[in-house]
Amino acid sequence: MEKGKGVVARRWAIDFTDNSISPSSRDIPDPLGYARASSDQDDSTVSRQKKDAEANWKAQKAWEVAQSPLKNLLMMGFMMWMAGSAVHLFSIGITFSALWQPINALQGVGKIFEPYKDSKVDILAPKLLFIALNLVGLALGVWKLNTLGLLPTHASDWVSSLPPAQEIEYAGGGIPLH
Amino acid sequence: MAMAVRVFLLLTLLFLYANFSSALYEDQVGLMDWHQQYIGKVKHAVFHTQRAGRKRVVVSTEENAIASLDLRTGDIFWRHVLGANDAVDGIDIALGKYVITLSSEGSILRAWNLPDGQMVWETFLRGSTSSNSLLSILTNFKMDKENMVLVFGGGCLHAVSSIDGETIWRKELATESFEIRQILQSPESDIIHALGFVGSSKFVTYKIDAKNGELLKHTSTAFPGGFPGELSLVSADTVVALDATRSILVSISFQNGETSFHQTFISDLVADSAGVATILPARLTGIFAMKINSFIVFISVTDEHKLEVVQKITYPAAVSDVLSFSEGQKAFALVQHGGSRIQLVVKLDNDWSTDLLKESIEIDPKKGFVEKVFINNYIRTDRSHGFRALVVMEDHSLLLLQQGDIVWSREDGLASIIDMTTSELPVEKKGVSVAKVEHNLFEWLKGHFLKLKGTLMLASPDDITSIQEMRLKSSEKNKMTRDHNGFRKLLIVLTKAGKLYALHTGDGRVIWSLLLSSLRRSEVCEHPTGLNIYQWQVPHHHAMDENPSVLVVGKCGLGFDAPGVFSFVDSYTGKELDSLSLAHSVAQVITLPFTDSTEQRLHLLIDASNHAHVYPRNLEAVNILERELPNIYWYSVEYQRDIITGHALKGNCILDVEDEYCFNTRELWSIVFPSEAEKIIATATRKLNEVVHTQAKVIADQDVMYKYISRNLLFVATVAPKAAGEIGSATPEESWLVVYLIDTITGRILHRVTHFGSQGPVHAVFSENWVIYHYFNLRAHRYEMSVIEIYDQSRAGNKDVWKLVLGKHNLTSAISSYSRPEVMVKSQTYFFTHSVKTMAVTSTSKGITSKQLLIGTIGDQVLALDKRYLDPRRSPDPTQTEREEGIIPLTDSLPIIPQSYVTHSLKVEGLRGIVTVPAKLESTSLVFAYGVDLFFTRIAPSRTYDSLTEDFSYALLLITIVALIAAIFVTWILSENKELREKWSLTVQ
Repeated sequence: MEKGKGVVARRWAIDFTDNSISPSSRDIPDPLGYARASSDQDDSTVSRQKKDAEANWKAQKAWEVAQSPLKNLLMMGFMMWMAGSAVHLFSIGITFSALWQPINALQGVGKIFEPYKDSKVDILAPKLLFIALNLVGLALGVWKLNTLGLLPTHASDWVSSLPPAQEIEYAGGGIPLH
Repeated sequence: MAMAVRVFLLLTLLFLYANFSSALYEDQVGLMDWHQQYIGKVKHAVFHTQRAGRKRVVVSTEENAIASLDLRTGDIFWRHVLGANDAVDGIDIALGKYVITLSSEGSILRAWNLPDGQMVWETFLRGSTSSNSLLSILTNFKMDKENMVLVFGGGCLHAVSSIDGETIWRKELATESFEIRQILQSPESDIIHALGFVGSSKFVTYKIDAKNGELLKHTSTAFPGGFPGELSLVSADTVVALDATRSILVSISFQNGETSFHQTFISDLVADSAGVATILPARLTGIFAMKINSFIVFISVTDEHKLEVVQKITYPAAVSDVLSFSEGQKAFALVQHGGSRIQLVVKLDNDWSTDLLKESIEIDPKKGFVEKVFINNYIRTDRSHGFRALVVMEDHSLLLLQQGDIVWSREDGLASIIDMTTSELPVEKKGVSVAKVEHNLFEWLKGHFLKLKGTLMLASPDDITSIQEMRLKSSEKNKMTRDHNGFRKLLIVLTKAGKLYALHTGDGRVIWSLLLSSLRRSEVCEHPTGLNIYQWQVPHHHAMDENPSVLVVGKCGLGFDAPGVFSFVDSYTGKELDSLSLAHSVAQVITLPFTDSTEQRLHLLIDASNHAHVYPRNLEAVNILERELPNIYWYSVEYQRDIITGHALKGNCILDVEDEYCFNTRELWSIVFPSEAEKIIATATRKLNEVVHTQAKVIADQDVMYKYISRNLLFVATVAPKAAGEIGSATPEESWLVVYLIDTITGRILHRVTHFGSQGPVHAVFSENWVIYHYFNLRAHRYEMSVIEIYDQSRAGNKDVWKLVLGKHNLTSAISSYSRPEVMVKSQTYFFTHSVKTMAVTSTSKGITSKQLLIGTIGDQVLALDKRYLDPRRSPDPTQTEREEGIIPLTDSLPIIPQSYVTHSLKVEGLRGIVTVPAKLESTSLVFAYGVDLFFTRIAPSRTYDSLTEDFSYALLLITIVALIAAIFVTWILSENKELREKWSLTVQ
């Protein structure tokens, strides 16, 4: 909707920085007699350099992404400390978000590192770090859950609805009726 | 996040709101509670109809109540219920404005203001010996324009001024065992005659000057035949009495100080005089009434002391006292039965042949026979005399008869409930007519619309009153079918008169009533008494089509070995299904936890010779019992001998007649309390139908304690024999209270506590694994309440989570009392302000909801007290975790919060018992308190967490939803339009 609105809002535009290769991205057709492919082949050295730079940049970015949960972790820890150990809406909300974020992140770990995928870039190490940090976050969430008493780790959680044991004998009586 | 904050705030608000709604708002009174006022069986009645104002009758009853009733409607103008041992002996009206009552065996004389029932004065009359009591108001004799009240009580004759209750004179007629039967006053002079007996053989007359109590003359004549005590005055100088053998009538004339006896054999007067004769206390002139066999015989006494039978009527009949209604004319009423009608005859007392009034009135046969009749006259518009009669029936109900019709009737039998049980209502059947549903739907909508108006404060005063009326008369709560929440039930109560009533919990109306034939006096059964009522058949599962029934156990006679009687009554229709006269006595009725294939509950009856009889009498029941025989025990608490004995069942009885339903028992154990040190005063057990949700109690830090939950626990309280009397009769040094917890299978004493310097009365309530008892502490001069909680130590080791997860624990295995239980006991004591009449505890269907203690206070109110206040784990300074758990800091006394009176502003006069019944809704418990009055309500000890409140506006919810949907549609259409416009504008450019 917003995108569409943007398009609608401007009457016309010329992108001066446009150097895209594919013709489909441009609205205007190429001039007659101009072949786009031939001009690209000339600067292969330039592109190689460019690619190296890009790989470096990707590796750097991947490491950055891998470390991003750390910040989150610290913030979460602070929020948990603030929330206290009593069960109420805040603490439950924070705990569940603390649990949900790492799980969500772990589920989409492939997708997150997708843009940095490259034959020259080793993204396994950042991935592992990312996973490890998220696991730490998850553990923190679980620990918080336990401190809130929401995990069945005590005997009381298993016996609290245990019905009274049956009795073998039965006795009745009382004061004789008069 | 903002959303979360908002929700949190909303929840907090809701919480606060819920907290405040623990008490009742003024307009909620009568929504779920009802209160009925009764007076009990009428003993005496005095009419007050002289003036044109409110016509009323003042009555005294066997429940020790004095009440003034409206003669037009039977409503109570005012009422006072005297204490349990303050029985009313006589009642009369003095000066036309005071009601004079004599009570407590002639020792307390009180005057009550007639219009409003306020006490005017009270006089304690000191007697020297115990004797009968007699109240007589001297109307002829005036001393300074005031009536003098003559009271005989405690062997003394007192003359009391009716204006201020001052004793004018006091005459000690102190002869051993002297009893005045009649006080006479001469119409002209100030002379009064007192007639009576000394012992059983002497007839005594006293002639006393009414002015100063001077004894003018005293005669005492011995009669060799002896007197049983009754006496009937036939004329100013003649009385008639029976001799000790009750076969000779003695007419005694005491003219001029000379006493002479004339004897007549009853057999000479009445043909079949084999039965026991009694003289009825009707005061007729020249005639007396005598009951013999099944007849009432009226016998006239001539001047020559010749007796003649005037009339003989068959017995179920009643005779009133004489009423003087115009100059020198006296009348009396006679009520007789004829089929389902009663015949009221009013006659002149000196002219037997003419009837002033003869009416025949159709009467409900469920009311039984007429027991008493009181008459009163009024002047009709044509200046002739009319009569109205107040009739007391066999079921203790009170009727006013006038002009051949029943003007009003009161079900005063409900003032003396002995026992009660409940029954479910029938399930709602399909096929309710559509018209009715539509009507209901319209009404429903209308009602909710009105309610909505009320909520939005748009309602006019008229609307508000109609809302209130609608709430009170909600047809929903009075339906005759089972409801989803289990609020609608039948309360089946057994009264002292042997009548069974079914009351609807919605509004307390009587659904059906039944005068049990087995509990009516008959030739075979002279003194039948109702004992208890039990649920006999509660159909569910496979016997769903049958109606539930109750069992009424009674016995024929007063002794402990009197034979028992059974009645089985259908709970829906109130028909007696069957009745049995048992060959054995009933000492104990034990409800067993087994049912036969028709859902009849097995009951074990123990007779006086310790034989056990199983009911229902069929082979299946015997088979079930024989299978379970080794596990069935019974115990008996003998107050008189201070012994508790435990018994087991073994094999069939060895009797002369083969009886397969009879089982022998043998004594297993006995606990004998030393008679010089201890006397049993109270016992308590858990209720049979109590449901316990869990055996574990989770305490702070997630720790677990295992409750010792056993049905076979008995709480016994004993006191020092010296301190068994009233409070103050013993010093703290010589009084002590000992409390036991006894296992009733093995007789093992699990716990024993001694409270030195304390004494009874003890009221105790036992539930789950705790017992709470109330007693008096002589040293502190205060009442105290103690709580004992019992925990099972042998299970305390079950704390390994993995074992519990895998189910490797012994917590669910059946337990036996023979495996020695290791119990741990926690207890605590608190002061409590009130003295207590009775105590009960709430019960819910699953036992999850926390408990409240219901205390019947001395002011005849019911106070609800959270069990949390009686928690032995309370400490003066609980830790943070304990606080979170809900432990209240320890205080020396239990708080009495005025809002927690269940009966709010009402009083249940003469409160005797509180019964709680679980509703189907787990949070709610139904409470029925009975005494002279009845009170019913439902309470939610942890508030109604499982249902919306009664004043929740469904209409508001509905309207909100509709409005929201409408808003969604409108905005959707608007946004569509806008988008379309935008698209158009784009295309145009």
